[in-house]
Amino acid sequence: MKEPKQLSVSAIENGTVIDHIPASSLFKVIQILGLDKISNQITFGTNLESKKLGRKAIIKLAGVYFEDDDINRIALVAPEAKLNIIKGYEVVEKSVVEVPDEITGIAKCVNPQCITNFESVTTRFRVVSKKNVSLKCHYCEKITDQEHMVIL
Amino acid sequence: MENKSLVSIDDLSTEEMVSILDLAEEFEKQPSQPILEGKVIATLFFEPSTRTRLSFESAISRLKGKIVGFTDASSSSVTKGESLYDTIRTVNNYCDLIVMRHPIEGSARLASEIADVPVVNAGDGANQHPTQTMLDMYSIRKTQGSLDNLNIFLVGDLKYGRTVHSLLMAMSRWNTTFNFISPEELRMPVEYKLYLDKLGLRYYEHSDFTDIIKKADIIYMTRVQKERFSDSMEYEKVKNVYVLRNHMLKNTKDNMRVLHPLPRVNEIHTDVDKNKKSYYFQQALNGVFTRQAIITRLLDLK
Repeated sequence: MKEPKQLSVSAIENGTVIDHIPASSLFKVIQILGLDKISNQITFGTNLESKKLGRKAIIKLAGVYFEDDDINRIALVAPEAKLNIIKGYEVVEKSVVEVPDEITGIAKCVNPQCITNFESVTTRFRVVSKKNVSLKCHYCEKITDQEHMVIL
Repeated sequence: MENKSLVSIDDLSTEEMVSILDLAEEFEKQPSQPILEGKVIATLFFEPSTRTRLSFESAISRLKGKIVGFTDASSSSVTKGESLYDTIRTVNNYCDLIVMRHPIEGSARLASEIADVPVVNAGDGANQHPTQTMLDMYSIRKTQGSLDNLNIFLVGDLKYGRTVHSLLMAMSRWNTTFNFISPEELRMPVEYKLYLDKLGLRYYEHSDFTDIIKKADIIYMTRVQKERFSDSMEYEKVKNVYVLRNHMLKNTKDNMRVLHPLPRVNEIHTDVDKNKKSYYFQQALNGVFTRQAIITRLLDLK
């Protein structure tokens, strides 16, 4: 007998569901999107089983919709995240995050001699490769690759 | 100019580069003109660099500009813990243009974003030193008559040498053939070779400094610095291999010229100095004209 499918995190009526977040990145995603500062109802689950990610996290945001530019900011920590736009309990739109052309804040420049590691200045990078994410610092012009990337 | 500041050589379009070189040519004919009369230029040297500073100050003085500034960080408020942000915000009020040398990479870009006045990067750590590149280009064009179809030999420390990387990037806008001569441990980084591959430009790598140089139009020498070697035995082995001596120039082309960003230590023997193919001291003089051109252009005075 097949067990009925049960939702680990309850459904929302209207809003956005961010799925396929690596469990280890959940709190980074919350921080990047500033979810700790909004008053909407948010439910999330973490360490859920996922064939693809091993352990995944999911966030359900009632009454929240994102602009592409905003949601793409999480691409560095959750490159495989999927978005479902929910209206009246139905998924009306699905999308995936895309690594943007420019990254402001979020990542730290790997170059210890970079001015961004000395002065209080927001880091800024041009994305030179999206597949294996590689960032070129707007200030020191050095490359920070995925392997050495530190999220602020 | 599209950018009000000159931070990186990549900030300049090819047209802007050529136009600055043309203007520098005018200054070479008449280096003393009152163009900067009534202007105040700040020269902020957070680390000492006597050669670069004197070149800038000579360029400004000959154009009748006034100079304010400091020659190393110990005589500035940095020692009191002032941030770069505050220093630039303050100095911005006192001058029409800022020339800045700073040991931290990216500091010049940041300064250009803080300041309302143009900023000229006079070297930000190992990152960029665009006025050096422009004076190298000026020297190449002046001695060769054109920037096209030249065979440029870069010799010495090609791994860490900021000047050779910028020169390569700038010259790759023309149809240039490159030859790299360096010890194994100081070879040209792969990213630059990939860049040349992408552009379809030819380059050859050598570890021996031989009569291959007879093909050169320009030999650009750099210092092999002891501190780059983890093994001082290795340094001892290579330090005398990359020394240019007068007799080596015998079969080189008539138009060939030897350049060096200076200061030199022993990589060009002093017996080369008398050879008409040595050009490094005139190259340093060209720095004055090039900097005059860059400053007047950024201030929109010519």
